[in-house]
This record gives sequence, C-alpha cells and structure tokens, in this order.
Amino acid sequence: MSERLPRLLVPAVLLALALIAPFFLEAFWLQTGLFAMAAAIGAIGLTILTGTAGQLSLAHAFFAAVGAYGYCYLAGGGGLGVNAASGLGLPTLPALVLAVAIAGLAGALYSPIAGRLRGIYLGIASIGLVFIGQHILFNATGLTGGFNGRDAAPFSLLGFTFGAGDPELVIFGVPFEDMERLWYLGLALLAIAYLFGRLLVAGRPGRALETIRDSEVAAAVNGVDVTRYKAAAFTISSMYAGLAGVLLALVFGRIVPESFGLNLSVEFLAMIVIGGLGSIRGAVLGGVFVSMLPKVLDEYSGSLPFLAAAGSGGGIEPGMAARFAFGAAIVAVLIFAPGGIGALWRGSRPAPSTSPPKESAA
Amino acid sequence: MTQFIELLLNGISLGFVYAVLALGFVVIFKSSRVINFAHGSIILLGAYSIAKLSDPLGFIPAVLAGVVISAIAAALIYWVILRHVRGRAADTVTIATIGVDIVLATELARQIGQDVLNLGDPWGSDVVRFGDFSIPEARVAAAVVALVLVGSFLAAFKYSSWGVAMRAAAEDGEAAALMGIRLRRVVTGAWLIAGALAAVGAIFLVTFPTPGVDRASGLAALSAFPAAILGGLDSVVGAVVGGLIIGVVVVMASGYQDEISFLGRGLGQVAPYIVLVLVLLVRPAGLFGTKELTRV
Repeated sequence: MSERLPRLLVPAVLLALALIAPFFLEAFWLQTGLFAMAAAIGAIGLTILTGTAGQLSLAHAFFAAVGAYGYCYLAGGGGLGVNAASGLGLPTLPALVLAVAIAGLAGALYSPIAGRLRGIYLGIASIGLVFIGQHILFNATGLTGGFNGRDAAPFSLLGFTFGAGDPELVIFGVPFEDMERLWYLGLALLAIAYLFGRLLVAGRPGRALETIRDSEVAAAVNGVDVTRYKAAAFTISSMYAGLAGVLLALVFGRIVPESFGLNLSVEFLAMIVIGGLGSIRGAVLGGVFVSMLPKVLDEYSGSLPFLAAAGSGGGIEPGMAARFAFGAAIVAVLIFAPGGIGALWRGSRPAPSTSPPKESAA
Repeated sequence: MTQFIELLLNGISLGFVYAVLALGFVVIFKSSRVINFAHGSIILLGAYSIAKLSDPLGFIPAVLAGVVISAIAAALIYWVILRHVRGRAADTVTIATIGVDIVLATELARQIGQDVLNLGDPWGSDVVRFGDFSIPEARVAAAVVALVLVGSFLAAFKYSSWGVAMRAAAEDGEAAALMGIRLRRVVTGAWLIAGALAAVGAIFLVTFPTPGVDRASGLAALSAFPAAILGGLDSVVGAVVGGLIIGVVVVMASGYQDEISFLGRGLGQVAPYIVLVLVLLVRPAGLFGTKELTRV
C-alpha cells in the first residue's frame, strides 16, 4: 500500500489539474493542450499497430485526414461562395462516430495490402498512401474544399454546443468559450481512447499481437489467426487516427490538406518512439511532448537565448529548434532508452530482452 | 508521336538518376537490413556542398569534394549513431534513420534558407537536338554518368573482392564473418558507396530543367524510394529497372497532364507512389526482390 500510494499520486494530481485547467489557463494554452490530446489519441493508435503488432506504418496522417474530412463532410453542409463544399448535415455525434468508422473502414480496406507486405515494404507503401491522400485532398474540391480546406461544424450534444457562446456559460467567473468546452470533450475522448488501449494491449488481443510481432510463425502455431489480427490492428489504429483527426478538425475549426502531410505521420512516429514502442502511457507522454514542444518554444522564443522569433533571421527559429529536438530525441531514445520515456517513468524495472528472436530467412 | 519519344527519352534519362539514388538504398539495405530514410538529406547535403564549393573551387573539384563529404557523412551516420541503436523491433534502426533525417534536413534547410543555389555546372540550360527531338544536355550527361556508374558498380559487385564479401555478408552475415570477412568494414564500405552515389545523383536532380538547390530538393529524392522498393529492395538490377520505370512514369505524367487532367493536377508527384502500390499489390517483395521465406 505504501508503495502503491506515490505511484497513484502523480497520475491523480495530473488528472485533477487537467480537470480544472480551463479555470486558470488562457485559451492559447487550452488550444495547445487540445492539440496534445488529439496527438495523444492518434499516438495510442499507432503504438498499438507499430509497437505492439510490429507493423511500421507512416500512413497515420492519411487516416487522420479521413477522420477529419469525414466528420466535416458528414456534419457539414451548404456553405456559401468559395466555401461551397458539399455535406450531409448530420447531427454531430453520429457524424463523429461515423467518421471514426469510415477511418476504420479505410484501414480495413488497406489491410489486405498491408497484410501482404512485410516490415519495411509496408512502411514505404504506407508513405505512398499519404501522398496519394494529399493528391485527393487537393483535387477532390467538391468534397474537401481543395487547397482552401473546409470548415468543421462545431460539435454539439443534446443542444449543448462545443463552440463559442451557445448557450452562454460562465462558471466561477470564467466564461466558457469554445476552447474551454472542447477541453472537456477532448479529455473525455482521450480517457476513452486510453482505457480502451490499455485493456486491448493488456488483454488477449495484445498478447496475440505481440506474438505476431516477435514471430508470425510462432503466433500461427499457437492458434493466432495472423492475417485477421493484423487486419484488426490496422483497423483499430486507423480508427484512433480518425478520432484524432476529428478532434483536430474541431479544434482548428477549419482543416486544410497541408495539416495531414507526411510530416504529421513522421511526428506520430516520433511520439511513439519517444514514448516507448508499445506503451500506451508512453504514447500519451510522447504525443504531449512532440505536439507541445514547437508551441512552447514559439511562445517563449523571446526569452530563450539561442532562439530567434520566427522570420526574424539569426538564431534558430522555434519551429526548427523543435524539429532538432524531436529528431535528436528519437535517436537518443533508441540508443540510450529503447523502452522510451514511458519506461523511465515506470522506474527501474528491468528492460525486456533487447534482441529479437532471429527468424531465419531462406 | 514526337512528343511521346521526347518524353520517353527524358524519362529514361531521369530514370537513370533515380537508379543511381535507388542503388544507394539497395546497397545499404543489402548490407545492414536498414532502409535509410536519411538518404534524402544526404542527397541534399551533396547538392548543397557542391553548390557552395563550386564557386571557389570550380565545378569538377567541387563535385569530388561533394562526393567525399556525402560518403563520409553517410559512413559517420552508420558508425556514430546507427551501430549503437538497440531495441526489440527489427525496424528500430530504420526509425532511427528517420530521426537522423529530421535533424540533418532541418539543419540544411536552415543553412539554405530561402535561397536557390546554382551548382555552377557546365551544362546550363543547353539542349541537345537529335533530329526532331530535344533533350537537355544535363540529362544526357546524367544518363551517361549514370550508365558508367551503374555498370562499374555491377562489375565491382560481381568481380571485386569487396563485391564478393558484400554478397556473402548479405547472404548470411554470420557465416561470412566466420569465413574471415570483416563485416564492419563491408558495411562501412556500403554506406560510403551509398553516400557517394547520393552526391552524384544529387547533381542531376538539381541541374536543368530543375531550377537549383533549394530546401525542398531533398523531397525530390523521395521519388527514389518507390524506385528502390519497386525493383525489390535487395536487388541491384531491380534498382535500375525501378529507377527507369519511375523516371518514365514521372515525366509522362507531367508531360501529358493536360490529357489526364481529370485525375487532378500535379499527378507527376504522386504517380510513382500509385505505381508502387499497384506493383506491391501483385508482387509484395518488388519486381526482382527475393521473397521472404520463413524456415521453421
């Protein structure tokens, strides 16, 4: 008991802080936090696929785009002039659920291709998906708004809108605008995503996926349906990406194709590597770290000595400094702490065996 | 018809450039089972070094220096970083190269800034005419240089002692080591060669008809990815064939973009990936790649 107490204390304090954050944080920080939540949700999905099931994928940005645009299409409608992108005008809750389902469907459709490819071939083919996706986003203007993107309908539940001022809401003297409201939606979605991920990885499916990662032959011999499990992992990870995409769309209020390029995929990969492959908690930590770093550096670029404000020349721009930091973090984690910061957090548990059982290739 | 043949010739000459770049992926993959995501930024490094040095040194010495710089950079990435990467998943080292690429590409983008650097190459925007067809001189040079490089690489791979050691190491690293082949030296050699090839490929990637070296030049190198995968990652012949296919596809898709405008604008950039996904659907290990078999 005395040993468990401090371990529970930290998460409990963090959770409490997260719950009251809208009362003391400005909208900018809430928005940054919401981006971090979206990143964390996406990263959980990718760590299940890449970390637990061992399928390297750089297509995560594509599935996030499917979720984001899916939501905007299903919930959106009409629009005037330049913004005349078509939509179904569904209520937003079904739109959210359907958008996530569509992202899952896209993953399921891709999984037969993914299932045939091994390791590295899958990684590159999945890059292809991102480029093809970008091409579609830029060109299918009726659906996506093309280069200019399209608006996301504000989320609403039982007449309560997660946008600004409908209905007016002031709690303890804090006006609840869009970011304050979305904050709780984001927290709820992240909590669901986190718990589901933990249960999945800790349970029977997680074991099966880990066995597939370590040896497909051993998994098959033990009665794991390798193809089905791989497809399921792909589908679930795509649904996570889709949910992350929907949340991104809600926070941005307007989505453009550029947000869903190869960079986003690489950032997702950076998150799960830094957090520790296969660790759900690590994915959340990594997601928060990678998504907040550029914003934090940008905010404080004036007071940090080696940084220059964006566009001023001289010194390192904050965006670049962030890229340096997480590029170096990937390498450093892989060299010095293969378990990621998720494992460092857990403390001095012995690291799992570092050498995979060699599959002999003929 | 004239347009078709002209595009075909241009495509083939661009294809040879991709082949040189794809060879770099293949050499590294064969020797160390790693996809080198940092290849793009090594290519950019080569182009950047040559552009910076060609003013004070002249073009040819600058090329030599650029080749040496890229080769050493690639070998250093392997020696200083990748050798020390640990981790459970087999793809960990590949992921580490992504980290290296982010750092290197960011630094190069910072150095280059908004500039478009000129290589100071002797070809300029001159065009060679064969009857009705015209091809940029730089592309003709690209094809010649690439043919010589690929030919000598194939010969070295087949006949030189390094080539034999390399093939043995790729076949079965442990057995090769027991036979007295110094794996580390072979692998380092592979990274040196890949770096050198990257610099040579870079020259032709940024000379006419492309405007010059800018911060996005590394992205053009991404098209060499599909070339390497398409042919089969562990096949030298595959790299050449894959390069040629991708080169022709890119040039055709851009050349006929008015005729195929219903597929959307800028198809030239995605066409390699569409071809890649289609080919992998039919042949998951690429056209010439060895199928991975598992012995129980």
